[in-house]
Amino acid sequence: MSEKLVFRFDVSGNDFTSAGQASVQVKKNLRQLGFDNEIIRRVSIAMYEGEINMVIHAGGGVAEVHVCEEYIEIILDDHGPGIKDIEKAMQAGYSTASETIRSLGFGAGMGLPNMKKNSDEMKITSEVGVGTRIVMKINCKGTNE
Amino acid sequence: MTAEKFVESTGFKVVCMPNPERNISGAYIGDLLSWVMGRAESDNVWITIMSNSNIVAVATLADVGCILLAEGVTLDSEVVALAAEKGVNILSTDVSCYDAAIEVSKVI
Ligand SMILES: Nc1ncnc2c1ncn2[C@@H]1O[C@H](COP(=O)(O)OP(=O)(O)OP(=O)(O)O)[C@@H](O)[C@H]1O
Ligand SMILES: [Mg+2]
Repeated sequence: MSEKLVFRFDVSGNDFTSAGQASVQVKKNLRQLGFDNEIIRRVSIAMYEGEINMVIHAGGGVAEVHVCEEYIEIILDDHGPGIKDIEKAMQAGYSTASETIRSLGFGAGMGLPNMKKNSDEMKITSEVGVGTRIVMKINCKGTNE
Repeated sequence: MTAEKFVESTGFKVVCMPNPERNISGAYIGDLLSWVMGRAESDNVWITIMSNSNIVAVATLADVGCILLAEGVTLDSEVVALAAEKGVNILSTDVSCYDAAIEVSKVI
């Protein structure tokens, strides 16, 4: 794989039950490309949490995954409400999820911490009323920590 | 051991088993999906009482060996069909999560 591959997904914001499809597809693609299982697992977890957040907190968005031999980059863009206090949102256990969403098993406030833990670099930019952009990079060579 | 062998040894009911050769080892109990994503390990038996379709994506992405529904929890047929399509093994039992975990630890 000498060229960089780009996968792009429109993530719908009105279907909680089939959420995660883009992440499942990316996992499948990475398997076919022959990536290491541990790398695939980290990408899967990081992307799923970000995808779900766009669905439940932002009414959907766009997910782009850039794949090359050295790294995998996940770029999530939404036009949701934005995150007022990013530091607070990053804390384990912090969640603004509604009762309905919690009844589906979301809302533990562990998504952003999982994204941080499973990526080598993570950058959140967000503006209230405008949207949120999250970029996560997972290096394919060398170690995580 | 394989998922198929695991079922034979425990007597758990099979809801769907699209991937009988799938390796199974260890277990994780949890219903909050982000905890499962963060803590379950590859090949684990994931013991839960959650029954909505999101469990299929979580099982796929966390790469667990099978889902074990405890407490007699049942699934809608669409969820079973989705799991079968995605290659996710699902078993069930009438006993509690705790008792299910005890059964699991007897065989793996
Ligand atoms: N894309 C987003 N747009 C707006 N707010 C967001 C977005 N992502 C996260 N948040 C805010 O950050 C909080 C923490 O997110 P996090 O993913 O850690 O937890 P959660 O989604 O509430 O629960 P869990 O991920 O455990 O199911 C959310 O409750 C929400 O308030
Ligand atoms: Mg979340």
